Amino acid sequence: MPTPTKGPRLGGGPAHERLILANLSTALFEHGRITTTETKAKRLRPLAERLITFAKRGDLHARRRVLTVVRDKGVVHTLFTEIAPAMAERNGGYTRITKVGNRKGDNAPMAVIELVTEPVSPKQAVVKEAEKATKKSAKKAEPKAEETVETPAEATEAPAEAAAETTEEKKEA
Amino acid sequence: MAVPKRKMSRSNTRARRSQWKTTAATLTTCPACKGQKLSHAACPTCGTYKGRQYAEALRTEHAG
Repeated sequence: MPTPTKGPRLGGGPAHERLILANLSTALFEHGRITTTETKAKRLRPLAERLITFAKRGDLHARRRVLTVVRDKGVVHTLFTEIAPAMAERNGGYTRITKVGNRKGDNAPMAVIELVTEPVSPKQAVVKEAEKATKKSAKKAEPKAEETVETPAEATEAPAEAAAETTEEKKEA
Repeated sequence: MAVPKRKMSRSNTRARRSQWKTTAATLTTCPACKGQKLSHAACPTCGTYKGRQYAEALRTEHAG
């Protein structure tokens, strides 16, 4: 039995849903930031982040896989040449969803989904690492050699993203 | 198919409907403008959320 899609279904059928998500991801990569309903934003996030992961891989095969979703070659080009290098330091959590209240007309909860453009702050990772190190050394009562600051954990978004990544594994773009 | 045997009286209908109640939304104060806002959402008065600006969140005169 196939695993059901996480989150609500969109549109009038599977093809419609694929089209909605493809168009949303195209618009997101084109503009960097789009306003949509909360539900669509939540469905878009795993797909968009998966596409960015492909873009970071950067080879021809990855480009062809992205092109099966984002049909616009110009947008795919910007994704591979501009967005992917900007996300090089970031391990997941490429997008951010912010709720912006309800829409006039049908009172639908709206959200802004945007690409995270801020540089990865190494601060939180360093602080966490330092705390861990001090705890360890205090326990062992031996000075631990300083660990290098290569921990990727971007504290706030990393766990959520990990979850998103796992859920999208079963969904073949 | 099972159907009601009797017409429901207005009294009973109204008694049932008297339990339809709404609850007030729990609001927090915006750290930027001190206005009231829903938590985990951008402020409808000044449009900020965690120091970032979201013009889409701003309340228009028609929005509910």
